[in-house]
Amino acid sequence: MADPNQGLAAKQQRLTSRARILTEIRAFFGAAGFLEVETPYRIPCNAPELYIDPLPSDSSVLHTSPELCMKRLLAAGYPQIYQLCHCWRAEEHGSRHLPEFTMLEWYRANSDYRQLMDDCEQLLAKLLPSGKLIYQGQQVDVRPPFERLTLVEAFNRYAPVSLDQAMVEEKFEEHYSDYVEPQLGRCKPTILYDFPAGMAALARTRPDKPQLAERFELYIAGLELANAFSELTDASEQRQRFEAAERQRQELGKPAYPLPERFLQELEQMPEAAGIALGIDRLVMLLTDADSIGQVVAFTPEEL
Amino acid sequence: MYSCSDLKKGLKLMIDDEPHVIVGFDFTKPGKGQALYKCKLRNMITGSLFDRTYRSGESFKPAPLEERDMQYLYQDDTGYVFMDTKTYDQISLSEETLADDKYFLVDNMEVKILMFGELGIGITLPIFVNLRVTQSDPWVKGDTAAGNNKPATVETGYTLQVPSFVDEGVLIQIDTRTGDYVTRVKE
Repeated sequence: MADPNQGLAAKQQRLTSRARILTEIRAFFGAAGFLEVETPYRIPCNAPELYIDPLPSDSSVLHTSPELCMKRLLAAGYPQIYQLCHCWRAEEHGSRHLPEFTMLEWYRANSDYRQLMDDCEQLLAKLLPSGKLIYQGQQVDVRPPFERLTLVEAFNRYAPVSLDQAMVEEKFEEHYSDYVEPQLGRCKPTILYDFPAGMAALARTRPDKPQLAERFELYIAGLELANAFSELTDASEQRQRFEAAERQRQELGKPAYPLPERFLQELEQMPEAAGIALGIDRLVMLLTDADSIGQVVAFTPEEL
Repeated sequence: MYSCSDLKKGLKLMIDDEPHVIVGFDFTKPGKGQALYKCKLRNMITGSLFDRTYRSGESFKPAPLEERDMQYLYQDDTGYVFMDTKTYDQISLSEETLADDKYFLVDNMEVKILMFGELGIGITLPIFVNLRVTQSDPWVKGDTAAGNNKPATVETGYTLQVPSFVDEGVLIQIDTRTGDYVTRVKE
């Protein structure tokens, strides 16, 4: 008889924790009055984004996020919904990325991104009742309130150049990943907010500062865990942003996709709302002290 | 040509006209922006290590490397001398290039030499090599710190852990990939 697959067997403890975490997440949202929904993985098109590429499936694509279908549910009158699902993003593969990964998304009608910040604090409190997280030797106090930091402040504090300068030099990503990200969420989780409007294609801009989007990212121990925003509900503005993104995609020689027309139509009925996407695999990495994403899923692409 | 999506550990590519191998790799997409490909690279000629980050859209030339079958001849002032078994050309590899592999070379051993043009830059040894133990103290009962193992030095000067029953003068097999003891060789 062949020996059992040692690599798979070694994951049993983390996969057991993973299952428990998923159960607790469902209990958390159930108790908060959210409806669990399931939307199709294979859809005609995603929201066009410059830097996210879908995997084709016949004449459709696999969703890169369930957001379009979930917002159509919001528009149809579902007030609080959440989903746990697999998503696919072409060529995203590294110690913190898998081309197929698990996402938690939740949406609140008649709400904005500030409520989602509170949700994150409450969810972490539920998952870590002790309030203490030790990840790769770093101790993080995850009791509310989390640290709130604007992107401008984060660059001033941690990067050798300002956010403006990094953008002008077209080195935003390099400075952000080399200097800013590793410092985020070290003592307390960090809610990084006030992203430039151009970096949030589906987000509402701030009424008082239209150059900024009502978007935030949640970081714990240097790991980006969630991305959230107040939803843009202006359908014509959304169409213009989609068309601009689609044009830029084509200039880069990327495949053309149709615009999500039904979503754009129904967006007109959508109430003010806010939504957030949280990477489940990274959450499990944090809670099981795993240093690479492959340790918290049963099979990576290489193990198939 | 390689694109960023080809980058991964072990890939050999040309940077500044010299062959490099990727020894560490990660993909990141900070702030939902453009993807970054973070590479730890080793210059295959000098051995120097450095980090470099690439953005999608960049392309890379594969390193033009060739593996040739050679035989180990001897060591002299120029380094370790090998002969191409087809052309009988001789080349020399430095001690730095060989690193710990120098301990596993036996006269007339058939090896593969990685060539960059006429420059030998790497070696692939046979997986197993037999070497004679030249020095090893008898195992002291009760010394459980190392389990039932004890240190032994072989004819090339390499020291490794061997089981307690391996005496001086015995021929042992070593795995050249790990440098670990495999078995005692019957003579």
